[in-house]
Amino acid sequence: MTNSVTESILTVAGLNASIEGQQVVEDVSFEMLPVGVTALLGRNGVGKTSTLRAIMGLIERSGEVTIAGERVDREPTHRIVQRGVGYVPEDREVFASLTVNENLRLAERDSTPNRQLIEELFPDLIARAGQLAGTLSGGQQQMVSLARALVNDNRVLLVDEPTKGLAPLIVMDVAKALERAAQTVPVLLVEQNLQVVRMLADKAIVLEGGRVVYDGSAEELLGNEALTKELLGVA
Amino acid sequence: MSTIILLLITGLGLGALYFLVASGLSLIYGLMGVLNFAHGSFLTLGAFAGWELSRRMGGESWGTLIASMLLGMVVGAAVAAATEFLLIRRLYNRHIEQVLVTVGLALATVALFEGIWGTDPIYVTAPPWLSQTTEILGARVPNDRFLMIGAAVLVLLGIVAFLRYTRFGLIIRAGVENRSMVTALGIDVRKAFTVVFAIGGAAAGLGGVLASHYFGYVSPQLGGSLLIFAFIVTVIGGLGSLAGAAIASVVVAILQQFANYFWGGTGDLMVVLLLAVVLLVRPTGILGKKA
Amino acid sequence: MKSLANLSQRTWWIVGGVLVVVAALLPLLNLSIPGVLPGATYTPGTLQLLALALLFASLALSYHLLFGTAGMLSFGHALYFALGAYGLGIVLQQTELTLIPALGLTLAVVIAAAYLLGSLSLRVTGISFAMVTLAFAQAGNVLVRRNPGLTGGEEGLRLDTEHIPDFFIGVVNTRNLYWLSLALLVVVFVVVAWFENSRAGHAVTATRENELRVRVLGLRPFGVKLMAFVIASVLASLVGMVHLLLQSGTTPRATSADFTLTILVIVVLGGVGSRWGAIVGGIIYTLLDQRLTALASSDAIDGLPAILRIPLSEPLFILGTLFILVVLFLPGGIAGAVKRLSTGTSATPSERKLLEEAE
Repeated sequence: MTNSVTESILTVAGLNASIEGQQVVEDVSFEMLPVGVTALLGRNGVGKTSTLRAIMGLIERSGEVTIAGERVDREPTHRIVQRGVGYVPEDREVFASLTVNENLRLAERDSTPNRQLIEELFPDLIARAGQLAGTLSGGQQQMVSLARALVNDNRVLLVDEPTKGLAPLIVMDVAKALERAAQTVPVLLVEQNLQVVRMLADKAIVLEGGRVVYDGSAEELLGNEALTKELLGVA
Repeated sequence: MSTIILLLITGLGLGALYFLVASGLSLIYGLMGVLNFAHGSFLTLGAFAGWELSRRMGGESWGTLIASMLLGMVVGAAVAAATEFLLIRRLYNRHIEQVLVTVGLALATVALFEGIWGTDPIYVTAPPWLSQTTEILGARVPNDRFLMIGAAVLVLLGIVAFLRYTRFGLIIRAGVENRSMVTALGIDVRKAFTVVFAIGGAAAGLGGVLASHYFGYVSPQLGGSLLIFAFIVTVIGGLGSLAGAAIASVVVAILQQFANYFWGGTGDLMVVLLLAVVLLVRPTGILGKKA
Repeated sequence: MKSLANLSQRTWWIVGGVLVVVAALLPLLNLSIPGVLPGATYTPGTLQLLALALLFASLALSYHLLFGTAGMLSFGHALYFALGAYGLGIVLQQTELTLIPALGLTLAVVIAAAYLLGSLSLRVTGISFAMVTLAFAQAGNVLVRRNPGLTGGEEGLRLDTEHIPDFFIGVVNTRNLYWLSLALLVVVFVVVAWFENSRAGHAVTATRENELRVRVLGLRPFGVKLMAFVIASVLASLVGMVHLLLQSGTTPRATSADFTLTILVIVVLGGVGSRWGAIVGGIIYTLLDQRLTALASSDAIDGLPAILRIPLSEPLFILGTLFILVVLFLPGGIAGAVKRLSTGTSATPSERKLLEEAE
């Protein structure tokens, strides 16, 4: 047991993962900042989503994953979540045939869920509590997905491309909600929209071919146009 | 006209039996991806349990009938839950192997039932009212049909209420749609597996007692013969859809009755034909979600 | 010591060839294996049992092509076995055709039926496919039972021997039928091996693993799957035909869902994905079934208390339980266990995966 003051909330060491026999994450190691937003970046298909899924135990994986000093890489998904991990998956994955309220109720693990925070962040959802989640717009569904993670007191949030396919105005709403969430809980964020990354991230980790190729300050990475272009393919 | 009424109500009665088997199959498949071949054995065991009870208490009283229906449900639920807990759970997420285990269980249990109760049909006794008829619009309808229909409607309402108003129901509905996301919300979805098996087993056990009165006998083969039609119903209705199973049960059973009467006993073939047509036109079934 | 796993493909074919020669010589030898075979190997009773074992091995191989190679979980494979048996039986009874033309006519019917039903069933995949094949087989079962004039109904169909060559008739000629069964097993094995190593076979295996990738490569999964389905069905029907000759008739049990489940049990016992496993499974199953039936009616069992006597006197109970145990504790079946023993590994993920992919 190491001292918890310096200890990282989430540590990944030598993580490998495969889907249908095909390796999608190769020997990935990194640490997350204990506060604020850590961005997990890389071109399309480098294994960002798979890394999150592997941490969550949703795909076959090996290697070390530590949450607040405890190994979780052999635990089933629900146990990992119960340790205080909030997960907002790619493509939102709301339950389309359940109402907004049912989606939230399903997610509530604590006896005193943060309903107030949800009301504050997403007043629109409260108004639509009885509506089937499948009939919501993409942006609203993303709110539901975020709300499902924020309704509990978590130690860490894993958020996968929350702004994908959303209109610019909604993107800002989502970013603001994340900014607010990050004040109380550290966030590991996979994000393509570099503007959002600039706005939120303190630290950046860049993956290429399933491996870590950059681990450092987000500001430094994004400030260096050549490096950004080399690692992410965009400016 | 009276013939049509009779066929319709008899079809509804048979459809009720199909539904009692198919509802469990569909829920289990929807949530767990398991095609449960042992489901017929839950039904058969329920039927034998009911018969053993009525043999001891005297089959002619209503009290016995109700007690045997309850016993059938309890036995079905207990055996189904044990099956999930002892066999299916060990093969978590390995769907083909789970199916194989239920196949083995079906073969072994039918053989065991034959060893215990023999291969010949055993005739059951029931309250006299059940074998009498009631006249509806000129048709003399055997009363047992009403018992089947009433029981199936109650089961349908019960399951719907359970799914809608309990937390387990919420988990099951969500799990049918996207199981891995349910676990990603920190829920141990395996507890819900035992619950759906128990519900399905209870419905099948009740179906077994009712089937023994519909056909007039129990035999080790009772479950297997209903199971095949229940499978067809489940596919036509859409795997995982309770409402689909209910609709398809009625459609299949009524089609079967009419074809048997009007087209020279071709009911079973018509059902298979209907299945082929449904698969051609709509491979996911009436209310199935997209594959 | 050179381990089993390192033997080359060619060595295996030689081992197989030697085994076939040994098997072919059995009717000429006086070998006894008490407890396994009912009598010496030259006696008709034993040859009958051995021929049956070979037929089940062939049938299991044909199912292996469907399930192990192509990953199609069919619950209606018995239909094609029955189509062969009943088809040939009916043609022989209703027409004046001799054995070979009757066989040809039946085959034509089987190919047409397999093509039609296969194209229909393959519109769906996975569990739906399993249920559709089950339903079609059930329709066959109903047709057989409902048309006693043609099929003999519940009583079964007796073989009309009028147009059958004499050397296939009578107890003294059991060994000819044994050799015929052995020849059929060789043919089925060669056809299955040939298909698996053909372009279409590779495509169908690739389809099992990743249908999307095959589509991307520009192949049509439907076509190769249908091809595998039709070949497996034709092979099963051939087994049905020889079974008709061997048993001098056939019964509605051949059309039942239980019979398909039996084939599935054999393939899984032997080891999914292994040709040798299917053969070994078929032989072991037949011998076990026969022995267990003998055991069930033996005095030793009769003397036991009811709680032991009832389960032990039901062969299917024992087989079903055995099957569950194999699925739970012996992934890869007999073939998998042998492989692990010979290579000294205990890792089984690949066998587990094979079952997963078969979905």
